[in-house]
Amino acid sequence: MTFEHFSIGVGVALLLLMIPAMCRIVMGPTTMDRIVGANMVGTKTTVLLVIIGVIFGKVDMFIDFALTYALLNFTGAIAAARYLRHKGRRGIVLVSASEESV
Amino acid sequence: MVISFLSALLILVGLVFFLGAGVGILRFPDFFSRMHAAGKGDTLSTLLIIAGFALYQMRDLANSEASVSAVLVALKMLVIIAFLYIASATSTSALAEAGWEDGNDPVIAPEHENRLSGPPESCSAAADLNRSSTHDSQP
Repeated sequence: MTFEHFSIGVGVALLLLMIPAMCRIVMGPTTMDRIVGANMVGTKTTVLLVIIGVIFGKVDMFIDFALTYALLNFTGAIAAARYLRHKGRRGIVLVSASEESV
Repeated sequence: MVISFLSALLILVGLVFFLGAGVGILRFPDFFSRMHAAGKGDTLSTLLIIAGFALYQMRDLANSEASVSAVLVALKMLVIIAFLYIASATSTSALAEAGWEDGNDPVIAPEHENRLSGPPESCSAAADLNRSSTHDSQP
């Protein structure tokens, strides 16, 4: 068994283990749950690109794709977090007022 | 050969951590504990798996037969590891803060409410309790 066969097995296992995150994306109660699941899938796609490079023997090409995908995933997560926070819906003011009263 | 087994061991440990992250993101009750499982398990499993492949890329380095491109690929994998080590924690923190301000409530048992979710009376009562306990322990 060469390392390439082992890499194929690792890729298949990684795809199978992505299924819980996919389930969380589909049935997540809130939007933030879906973003967390998508972030997890995106991080694992970085690993999967490295594995594809090892399998096809072109790691020097696919490693750049993986690096770019990691950057894009991070940017997307930060942008979604900045976009989806509704300021003031949570009672931050209430907590600070209670601290002042104490 | 030893390095191949070592990298395979790293990759398998990473898969085990990813299994833990998947079970956690599927079964935890509220957003913040799911965030906890996803943040920790996802980051550590990604780091371990890419470190395993980087170690396999550097397998010829001991015999001084390694080409320049293989070492460069291993260095790029280490760059990915360093980037993910910073970026995954940052995005987890930003997403948790956004989820908190978006109005997600943590699931807390009724007798274990903390001072953020309780009314101001319970807050002052807890402060009184702390004060009396410190006074009791002082003499």
